[in-house]
Parts: sequence; structure tokens; C-alpha cells
Amino acid sequence: MNFLLKFVQKFAPLFEKDGKFEKLYPLYEMGEGFLFILPNRTKTGSHIRDAIDMKRFMITVYVALVPAFVFGIFNSGYQHFLSLGIAATFWQIILKGAIAVIPIYLVVLVTGGIWEVLFAVVRKHEINEGFLITSFLIPLIVPPTIPFWQLVAATSFGIVIGKEIFGGVGMNIFNPALVARAFLFFAFPKSISGNSAWTIFGDKIADAYTSATPLAVISDKIADSGNIIEILADKGYTLWNMFLGIIPGSIGETSTLAILIGLGILLFTKIASWRIIFSIFAGGLVMSLILNAAAPGKASMLAIPFYYHFVMGGFAFGAVFMATDPVTASGTNTGKFIYGFLIGVLAILVRTLNPAYPEGMMLAILFMNAFSPLIDHFVVQANKKRRLKYASQ
Amino acid sequence: MKEYKLKRGYDIKLIGDATSEISETPFPKRVGIKTTDFVGLKPKLLVNVGDEVKIGTPLVSDKYNEKIKLIAPVSGKISEIKRGERRRIEAIVIQTDEKQTSEKIKIEVKEPKREQIIDTLLKTGLFLSFKQRPFNKRANPDNTPRDIFISAMDTSPLAADDKIILSGNEKYLQKGLEILSNLTSGKVHLSFKIKDKPVYENFRNCEFQAFKGPHPAGNAGVQIHHISPIKNAEDIVWTCNVQSVIRIGKLFLDGKFDPQIIVKVAGSNAPEKKYFKTAIGAEVSTITGNISADARIISGNVLTGKKIENDGFIGFNDNLVTIIPEAKDAEFLGWLNPGFSKPSWWRTFVSAFLFPKKKFDHDTKIFGGNRAFVINSNYEDVLPMRILPSYLIKSILVEDIEAMEGLGIYEVAEEDFALCEYICPSKIEFQQIIRQGLDLMEKEG
Repeated sequence: MNFLLKFVQKFAPLFEKDGKFEKLYPLYEMGEGFLFILPNRTKTGSHIRDAIDMKRFMITVYVALVPAFVFGIFNSGYQHFLSLGIAATFWQIILKGAIAVIPIYLVVLVTGGIWEVLFAVVRKHEINEGFLITSFLIPLIVPPTIPFWQLVAATSFGIVIGKEIFGGVGMNIFNPALVARAFLFFAFPKSISGNSAWTIFGDKIADAYTSATPLAVISDKIADSGNIIEILADKGYTLWNMFLGIIPGSIGETSTLAILIGLGILLFTKIASWRIIFSIFAGGLVMSLILNAAAPGKASMLAIPFYYHFVMGGFAFGAVFMATDPVTASGTNTGKFIYGFLIGVLAILVRTLNPAYPEGMMLAILFMNAFSPLIDHFVVQANKKRRLKYASQ
Repeated sequence: MKEYKLKRGYDIKLIGDATSEISETPFPKRVGIKTTDFVGLKPKLLVNVGDEVKIGTPLVSDKYNEKIKLIAPVSGKISEIKRGERRRIEAIVIQTDEKQTSEKIKIEVKEPKREQIIDTLLKTGLFLSFKQRPFNKRANPDNTPRDIFISAMDTSPLAADDKIILSGNEKYLQKGLEILSNLTSGKVHLSFKIKDKPVYENFRNCEFQAFKGPHPAGNAGVQIHHISPIKNAEDIVWTCNVQSVIRIGKLFLDGKFDPQIIVKVAGSNAPEKKYFKTAIGAEVSTITGNISADARIISGNVLTGKKIENDGFIGFNDNLVTIIPEAKDAEFLGWLNPGFSKPSWWRTFVSAFLFPKKKFDHDTKIFGGNRAFVINSNYEDVLPMRILPSYLIKSILVEDIEAMEGLGIYEVAEEDFALCEYICPSKIEFQQIIRQGLDLMEKEG
């Protein structure tokens, strides 16, 4: 392949210093890096290096997201035909879903790509592969009915305000994809909450179809008696359905099964921190049990068992893909346990005690993103103190 | 004997390990003493090209401390003085005459006192076998170290086995330990792998420390951290390797300086993978033959060693020469490669679950460009110390002296961070940054 590399490198002088397109050098670097792993040799420090690089790192996250994405395509189509009350074939469902979801992805990718390149050129740094992940995450946490112009606005807000103004990748405080979703949530609440946002409706709605998400069902339930699990089951939300993900919701977050496949990939490859994920579920479990004990009756929202919480809404997706972003998570191994545990606790708290925001996960993660530097501060201080202690002996 | 079981760390699996056979080689024609082997030494030249030298002739002195000198380990004629940037002296090359005539050096063999030992070590150049912590630099003879640490368990990739170097030299190691115990106000700590206990347990004049765990469990810095950590800039300890202790023991037991060393040659491109007997500072090609340009010769191990050429010299305190292939070919759409034979601590390549025990032919490719700091706590997984690597590195980058001190800069050396550098997907140069931090701390602290 060296002849191909030579061909590509022929164009390098155009982009290097004093070249015609000097300013666009990051684009050349991206293209060259996309096509080749260069045989650049180590000069200082260790003579050998791990075969991983940021591209491989991000591609692995990307691969882990694919099951959720593919399921999202299926489910968007499935919910559409279900709402129409029409029995469709598998391929009809996939086609309908793809027509809805793939344009959403492309809109986000192009918008995100333009901002990333623009900032790379102006700031004269490399194009960071992280934007590939951000632009893959955003489509998965919005409903399939989202209008494109709102998507463009939210993606721009997420990338510029959520990331670039802090200095770009590695410096941002909040997860840019969640910032984009929070923007949608507060700026265009109709597009991302309520009962009509989650399904692509046709010209009629079948009587038996429930368009409200499980979290919406439990937060505006009318009955004061009965059992919360039966109320959910009445609407078709059994534990199994919610685990599989054949329910209305954001594109990528409905299927706990698809998310578990991604979790397996991330944990095996060591890309995501098991400490964070484990502690989120531990925090969720503890908080659910406390609330269960405090629940006034079986119909109360507080009575929802922890395993229902884990498969409803964005809990699993947030725990696996959002909270584990290494830049915005806590930066110490000890801190990660605290960070994750508090996310789990807060997500369940917001969900059950503040039904105005049924999706507690997003807010819990953003909140803990803001607090992760503080957690780290205390962990670092403890490390210093321990040293001071033996230094003064 | 105390046992320490360390969990964190990583053993990079490389092909090309050597057999335990030891071969004799002809006495080297050229021997080089490199000033670059000693951090913190500012060279002042004492000889010129053409001068005749004997064993014990001073070649270079240290401008910071005139007592410290580089000494000729062989007799012959100065054939070259290698200079680097801004004409800094890098190496003194001696054309050997193979007669091994020696300057008169008085060696007090019977119960020498501390001053006599230091004086003898300075005059034979063997004082430079010691490194000093904090700051991991050449030791200062004016200091009395709190303790001396000897690691008899190099865990770095393809490392020389100290048991092979020791075999037949036990009496010299014993004498060396006895000599060293006179140099410190505290103890001489000898650390080894738990399973090697029978080899070492009969030595005297030292404290035993046994370790178990992947690299860097064998690094002196890691061991000091667990045995008795360095407290502040004035809390000075020395480190030394087994071969140097043997050499020092030999000096005092035989009353004669012997330049012989045992060096392991390993790595996939090494023509003969075994141990060789040669002289300190020998020209590397006398033991490896000429190596083609598509391989890299490293004096030391692949993580911390120095690159040398065919006419380069084995480092003063090195007992390993590693030869590995240089990176050559670009890899088309490499990020898509499932990676059947890619070496990685991470498990993003197929090789990680198909062949977890596989050994790799590792070349010198960087794999990817420099990126912003993204991952953070993964570095902790390869550093078995209570140190927060990414926080220490960041405090150095912003030159925050107080934070560096609090985060443990006194306890670390570049080599302890070599694995952090290895696993880093952003390709951050940890070792270089740690060196900057140590230099800055010494200047400002």
C-alpha cells in the first residue's frame, strides 16, 4: 500500500506551511490518518507503543453503539406500524425505520462535522475523533419524530457550548451529546416530551396503541389504587417488553438488550470504566429500595421495583454510554465509584419524586458531570494528605 | 522478609527472548564511555584525542561536583570524542590495546572505612553505579543515603535474569553487600521475586524484600514506595543493580578492577539471542555483529533504553541489548483492521480474545497521532503505586510545584511511567514530562 501512501502524500505540500491550503491542514491530516496508520517511528521515551490510538478507541465505542442503533431503526418502524394497527413484514418495518432514522443521523453528522472542522482549522489542532461518537450518540437519544431544524440547533449548541467553548475535546465539563438533548428538552419541550413525540404516526391511530412512554404512564397515572406494575402491564409495558425495547421512546435507548451487548463490548475492551457502570446500578438499586420502603401504597410511583427502573427510559443507555465518557466523568478510580453511585441515586430520585421531568437520567448525569471535578478534588486531596502524613513522620 | 503482592501493572509479551547460555566474546576493539548515561552530570573534558589511557585514568569530570569522574575501564588510546548539540560532550571513545595496564589505585581490602570506599569507587568510576532518589540522577558522594535499594528482579520486557548474572559470583555479591552496608546510615534492601527466595536467602548484610506482580513491580521506585517511601527532597536514597554490586564486591575482594560485564542480547531481530561476556562500554557490534538498518538497537529495554547504532556503545549500567524491527509499512485503513496480531494492553483487537497469551513481534510504530488527554484513570491500572498519574502529569505541564510535591514527584522516576506512555491512546510522552517535572522540582523546590 506504500504506492497509495506516496500518491496521497504528493498532496501534502499543498496543505503544509506556505502551501495553497495551509489552513486546511487538519483536513489533510484527517484524510491521511483515515486511510493509513503511518509507519511513524518512536523518537523519545518508550521504543514500542500500544497499537491503540484515538481512532481505534472511538471506533470501538461506535461499534458498541451499533446494536442500539440498529434496534432503533427496527423499533421506529415497528412502532409506526403498531400505531396504525397494520401487520407489516420485517423488511417493511426496517425500511420505514431506516427512512426515519438515517436522515437524523446524517443531519447530526454533517452539522457536527462542520463545527469540528471549523474549530480545528481556526484553532490549528487535529480533528478529534470524538465528534464521531457525539454525532452517533445524539440521534440515539432523540425521538424519531424530531424536526431537522431543531436537531441542527441542538447539535450546534451541544458541540459549541457543550465542548468547544471550553477548549475542545478533553477540556469540556459536560457531555456534549447530553447538552444537546438538554437543549432540546428545554427549548423545544413539545418535540421531546409528552405522548405524541415518540412514535411516527400515520393517518390513523389504532385504539389499543399506547403512545405514552412507560415513564409518562407512571407519572400521569390516575388511579390511586391497584398495583403500579399492573398499571404498566395494562398499557402493554411488561418487564420483558421493556427489556427487549419494543416500546415507544428515544431511538436508541429503549432496548436494554441492545445496550447490554454494547456494555459487553465496552467492558471487554477496557474502553468504559466498569467502576462507573457498576456504581450507577448500585446507586439505582439502593435508592429504589429506600423508596420502595417509603412507598405509601402499591400504586405509588415509589413502589416501582429497581429492575423496572433499570429497563425503563434512559437509565441503562445513560449508564453505559453517557456517564462513562472519560472526559466528563470523574478522573480517579476512587472518584468513579462516588460519581457513578450518585448518578444512580439522583436518576431514581428525579424520576420518582419529580414527575415533571420523567427522564431523570439525563439530568442526573449532567449534574454529576458538573460535580466530578469536585469529587476528584477530594480524592486528590486525600492522596496528598496521606503523603503528607508519612512525609512528616 | 516481607512479601509484597502487587496486582496492577502489565507484562508486554515480546518474542525473541534469549537462552540462558553465556558466551565469551573477543575483547572489544573500541570502548565508549557516554556522559549521557548519567542524568545530572555536566561534563568537563580531561583528555584529548590521541592521549594514552590506562584503567583508572579520569576522562571527564562533573562540573557540578569535581569529585565525580568518568574513568577509563580499559587501557588504550583516545580515538574520538563524540559531541552532540551545541558541542556537548557525549562520549569518549577508547581504542583498546588489550594489555589492560592499570593506573595505581590503592584499594583497602581489609575492613575499609566509608571514606576509603567512596574514594576507591570514585577513582575506579564505579561510584556512578549508584543512582539517587529523589530526582533519579547520578548519586552525590557528599550525601549519606538513608537506605540503598537493590532490585534483583528486573520485570521489564525481555529483561536480563539476575540469577544468570549472579551464578558463580555469589561471593562477590556478598562482599558487595557488605561494602554497601558501610555507605548508608540505614539498611541495604535486596528485593527479589518471591519464588527466587532460595537463591538469595543466605546473603548477609541486607534486608530481604520479596515482590510478586507484573512489570513495573521490579522497578526500584515502585519497591521503595512500598518498603519505605521517600518523604521529601532531603530524604536521599540510592539505587543500584545486581551486576554493579557484584562488580564492586569483586573490586574489594580481588583488589583489582575488572571491566567485565555480562550482557543479554534479545529481541526478534537479534542474530544470537543469549548472554555474552564483554567489557563495560563495549562497542555493540562486537557482540551482535552488524545489524541492518531496518532494525533498532536499544541499549537497555524497549521501554526505557536508549537507541544506539552499530558503532554505538552499551550503556554503563545496562545489562541488556534489545534489537527490534523498525516500523516500515503504512497500514491501509488500519482502524478497520480486526487486528489478529496487534499488541495491546487494551482489548480492542481480535488478538486479545483469540490469543490472549500470544507473544508479539513489536516494531517501533507509534500507531496514530498525538491527541488531547482523553482517558484518565486507566493509567492507574498499570502503576502499582499510590500515585495519580494523570494528575501528576497535569501538575507538571502547568508547572504547579506545590501540586507536584503533594502528588508524589519525589517518589517517581521516568521508568515508572513507561507503561502509562505505552498504553496511552493519545500518545502522550509521559517519560519526557516526568523528567521535565523532576528537573523543575530540583531547580525550584
